[in-house]
Amino acid sequence: MMAGLVPAVFFLLFYFYPLAGIFIKSFVVEGRIDLSFLDQIFLSRRIGKIIWFTFWQAGVSTLLTLVAALPCAFVFSHYRFRGKQFVKTLASIPFVLPAVVVAAAFQACFGRTSFLGFTIDHPLALIFMAHVFYNFSVMLRIISGFWATLQGRIVEAAAMLGAGPFQVFFHVTLPLLKPAVWAACSLVFIFCFSSFGIILILGGPSYSTIEAEIYRQAAHMFNLPVASFLSLIQIFFTLLLMGIYTRFTRHATRFVPDGENHNLKRPETWWEKSMVMAVILFVFLLCVLPLLALVIKSLSHGGQLSFVFYRALFQNVSDSVFYIPPFHAIKYSLAFAGTALVIAVITGVCAALFIRYCETRFHKGWSSLFDPIFMLPLSTSAVTLGFGIIITLDKPPLNLRTSIFLIPIAHALVGFPFVVRAILPALRSIPEQMPDAAAMLGGSPLQIFRHIDLPLMSRALVAGAIFAFTISLGEFGATIFTARPETPTIPVAIYRFLGQPGAMNYGQAMAISTLLMAVTALGYVLIENFRKENSEGF
Amino acid sequence: MKQKFAALVLGGIFLCLTGCSSDAPEKEKTAPAEDLPTLTIMTHDSFSLSKEVLAAFEKAINARVKILKSGDAGEALNKAILSKNNPLADVFYGVDNTFLSRAVKADIFVPYAPKGIEQVEVGLKLDPENRLIPMDYGDVCLNYDIKWFKDKNMIPPAMLEDLLKPAYKGLVVVENPATSSPGLAFLLATVSRFGEQGYLEFWEKLVANEVLVKNGWKEAYWGEFSAASQGSRPIVVSYASSPAAEVFFAEVKPEQAPTDVVIENGAAFRQVEFAGIIKGTKQIKIAQKAMDFMLSNTFQEDIPLQMFVFPASKTANLPDLFKAHARITQEPARLDPELINTQREAWIRQWTDTVLQ
Repeated sequence: MMAGLVPAVFFLLFYFYPLAGIFIKSFVVEGRIDLSFLDQIFLSRRIGKIIWFTFWQAGVSTLLTLVAALPCAFVFSHYRFRGKQFVKTLASIPFVLPAVVVAAAFQACFGRTSFLGFTIDHPLALIFMAHVFYNFSVMLRIISGFWATLQGRIVEAAAMLGAGPFQVFFHVTLPLLKPAVWAACSLVFIFCFSSFGIILILGGPSYSTIEAEIYRQAAHMFNLPVASFLSLIQIFFTLLLMGIYTRFTRHATRFVPDGENHNLKRPETWWEKSMVMAVILFVFLLCVLPLLALVIKSLSHGGQLSFVFYRALFQNVSDSVFYIPPFHAIKYSLAFAGTALVIAVITGVCAALFIRYCETRFHKGWSSLFDPIFMLPLSTSAVTLGFGIIITLDKPPLNLRTSIFLIPIAHALVGFPFVVRAILPALRSIPEQMPDAAAMLGGSPLQIFRHIDLPLMSRALVAGAIFAFTISLGEFGATIFTARPETPTIPVAIYRFLGQPGAMNYGQAMAISTLLMAVTALGYVLIENFRKENSEGF
Repeated sequence: MKQKFAALVLGGIFLCLTGCSSDAPEKEKTAPAEDLPTLTIMTHDSFSLSKEVLAAFEKAINARVKILKSGDAGEALNKAILSKNNPLADVFYGVDNTFLSRAVKADIFVPYAPKGIEQVEVGLKLDPENRLIPMDYGDVCLNYDIKWFKDKNMIPPAMLEDLLKPAYKGLVVVENPATSSPGLAFLLATVSRFGEQGYLEFWEKLVANEVLVKNGWKEAYWGEFSAASQGSRPIVVSYASSPAAEVFFAEVKPEQAPTDVVIENGAAFRQVEFAGIIKGTKQIKIAQKAMDFMLSNTFQEDIPLQMFVFPASKTANLPDLFKAHARITQEPARLDPELINTQREAWIRQWTDTVLQ
């Protein structure tokens, strides 16, 4: 029960308090609530179109991602094959890349001078591709992690009773998978719902989402009432969507999961082998090809293999105070990401335990209250929250406006929903009798957590931790906060290079993007290993 | 073995984590022994200065200088306005002339005429009360790919009207004025050139001539400009100093820049950047000294190679690179900041309706 305090305090201080501050500032003029800006919104057909487009593109993107990820999740959860971990790691790297770098990668792959021989340049196609490119691994990790814990016995029993493979899938596997599929879809939908960089950069000026419009209203037009109102609309829809989601999943089937998976088999038949090959090929085409294009760009100069851009990273040609030595950027990126991971995992686990506790002890309805709230940071406009922080967290003891701690806190706030989403299905699938029996036998809550909950959700927890880590490395939405030039991160360095003309700047941006991918991959390997080492003790 | 390796790397990360927190005291050790005050300068992400000048800066004002980068020019100013009651900084650097009116109306700056203000070009001074002092300026204009035009045996554009010629069909990429500051500056150049009545007609024809619009400078320049990456458009909206940057940031400095600019005939809009002392600073004397220093030749001569814009002070010498590769116009397109402030939204809306439909 006490676990609930951690996320509650975290949310009240760093989310609700700043937001309340900016909303009051926006809507209250001279002590009275001023809603005169509303006609600007309701009379504008443009805003209506933007809201519709936001939903539409998020829905289509989620569906496309699901279609791409589900077959891959099947293969990942059923077969062991050489290079599996490697493929999984590669599939997750896109998540850290800033949208402007993804645009460069797509241009190399599908642009006019594409080496593939065909061009994709319709903005909508690019938006959808980018969303699938980003979110594929979210779906893959959450669904395959859960799928792997499904007991093979149930499926085998169904098959034994004469069900065909399709019958088994639609009547047995899919209903069992539902919690994970819904969890993954809700995450991806909300991620696309609040998409910003991709829409602005790949979509171009003809397409706008609520998030992009908020940014425009707040940062360029300084129209705080409209920006705040649109933020409220975003929050409202997130709550609504999550409310529907929790209703759907409340009656999900429960089963006893395997703590560690032993059902994985090697692909043996021709069919199984070609399935695995197809998945590897798909991941390669979807994720690796654009990443590879960036690496090639960073390594070619004047048509030849060259390390000139990497060497240049170490030179401060203009003797600027703001020159970013690459190792500094890596160091700060890792430090922030590590800290954000720890904060997000601790608050996320506490929040999930709290939801679970309320569900089992009181009423299942509790989850419909907290679940949606915990999802909010993911879809709250960063510029609105950033402005809120400036006007609220400005006095001791919470004078955090320019504090170094604000960065990992902001990153953790966005990473937190991923942790909650990833572990809740696993936690919920633990039958109530198990912890009850342990408690009866004298186990303390901490012991129960350590010996029952933790091992059973370790796989899901790793997925959540990886997302928190990645979100921080990619500085998703958090660049909006007052940056401290003394602690530059890799994305800051990328933006710095791309901010001025010159071939060396472009090349160095590609080089440091490549370093970002390498650092990300290293981080994944570490997090996965961390779990494996510990799981032996479970 | 694998586990040991993992533990080792994890340990490394931990060291990084702790190393980061131990950085701060280290820095204090290297700082002068006496307890110096700190002057905070709030600015946008593109701000830069050299290490040498920063050292001179701190010496001149006898205080440490802390710089807060707060997003792009619009965002940074908005943050300064939001924190009015409890300012984040003592000095703000980087209000441009399109935002000047907003800054003045928000009443967040105190007047001060720094030493050297008489050296500032008269045309740049837009605040008679000296709350905002011109620091640098740059011309937003068309850039073109010299090689592309040479290969095609075509004459590069010389003025805005040229873009409407059939030969220039599909050659131009511009930025969205609603989301990009050079985009807005270019829109203002067309308003200045063709008047409030005529500029939309120009844009209508430009759309008919297949102009491409991108949301930001990065996407336009890096994504579409033929001289910068693998883009297909040889004409882009950028800065008059971009060719100098192309030379400076080349691996082997070329004799001639790969790009050239269109700045005459009112084709370039002058963006002026201002600095001011933020109302409510508790260190007004140090802030005033900082303003003096920022107009000194030491600071002003550092500006071109750091930010690729021109110094506001007439006495500041330009670096050779700028003399050779950055052109400047005597007759930029200008608009009254007050007019910009009242009309900006209307112009952007009309532009959006005309161009993005």
